[in-house]
Amino acid sequence: MAKGRVTFRQDWCKGCGLCVSVCPKKIIFLDESMTNRKGYHPATVKEMDKCIGCANCARMCPDSIITVERE
Amino acid sequence: MAIVYQRSKGLADIETHYCPGCTHGIIHRLVAETLEELGVLGNTVGVAPVGCSVFAYDYFNCDMQEAAHGRAPAVATGIKRVLPDKVVFTYQGDGDLAAIGTGEITHAAMRGENITTVFVNNAIYGMTGGQMAPTTLVGQRATTAPLGRDKSHAGSPIRIAEMLATIDGAAYIERVTVTSPANVMRAKRAIKKAFELQIEGRGFTLIEVLSTCPTNWGLTPVKALEWLNENMIPVFPLGVYKDITKEA
Repeated sequence: MAKGRVTFRQDWCKGCGLCVSVCPKKIIFLDESMTNRKGYHPATVKEMDKCIGCANCARMCPDSIITVERE
Repeated sequence: MAIVYQRSKGLADIETHYCPGCTHGIIHRLVAETLEELGVLGNTVGVAPVGCSVFAYDYFNCDMQEAAHGRAPAVATGIKRVLPDKVVFTYQGDGDLAAIGTGEITHAAMRGENITTVFVNNAIYGMTGGQMAPTTLVGQRATTAPLGRDKSHAGSPIRIAEMLATIDGAAYIERVTVTSPANVMRAKRAIKKAFELQIEGRGFTLIEVLSTCPTNWGLTPVKALEWLNENMIPVFPLGVYKDITKEA
């Protein structure tokens, strides 16, 4: 059961990857299968059940597009 | 599940023009969170600089005023003296504060103006295209120093936090960075302390935040954070340089 959940406002993501670099569970990646309206591959998470809700990603996001929830 | 972290209400609901990975966005958020947590968003006037953060007046959910290049501390002085009950801050880069605005920031500190300055130091002129700044490291390449800053010709970088800490009017001076989640939390505490001291009327407060410029440094956003840790922190050591609350 997932302890945490992150959601990205993907249309505002600039694909900088700072969230990817600080995720302790290594579950964030830039989704190269899609391109947002700004022309970037936005950050996303597939294995959400591994998220611990630590909010490292949100603290490092320069564009404040990450919302973190925790049990 | 409960929300434990979300976009601050202190930020306007608008996308920023900053390059991908630019740490201005993180620092904006820390200021916005601080104003929100202190409950002063509706009672704050910010002063925006010239440089990459020139559009800061669009990004904060408080009253904002634009100033001429380097003159934000002078404008903030006027606002604070006319409206002493307002929380007043300036948000300035190193090209603004440490070059054309050195006089203004120095004398605002000397007068002990009861304002807070958030000083973003990324060791380069960002908006104009990566020219050498007074804060550029010796040997660091810039468009106006293609072989790196030459100490014999251009001198060594100016250390603003240390310099201003020698001024009696300065109440709180700290240098922080935002290269990791832990450092972001430390930076937040520093910024919050500065605003709290202003609200208590203790005098001039400045937080210098070491920041990245992935675009003009020619590095990815993640590599830029590593470069900052390895190269900038040895020249610009982190720490508290002045704290009147610790003085007798």
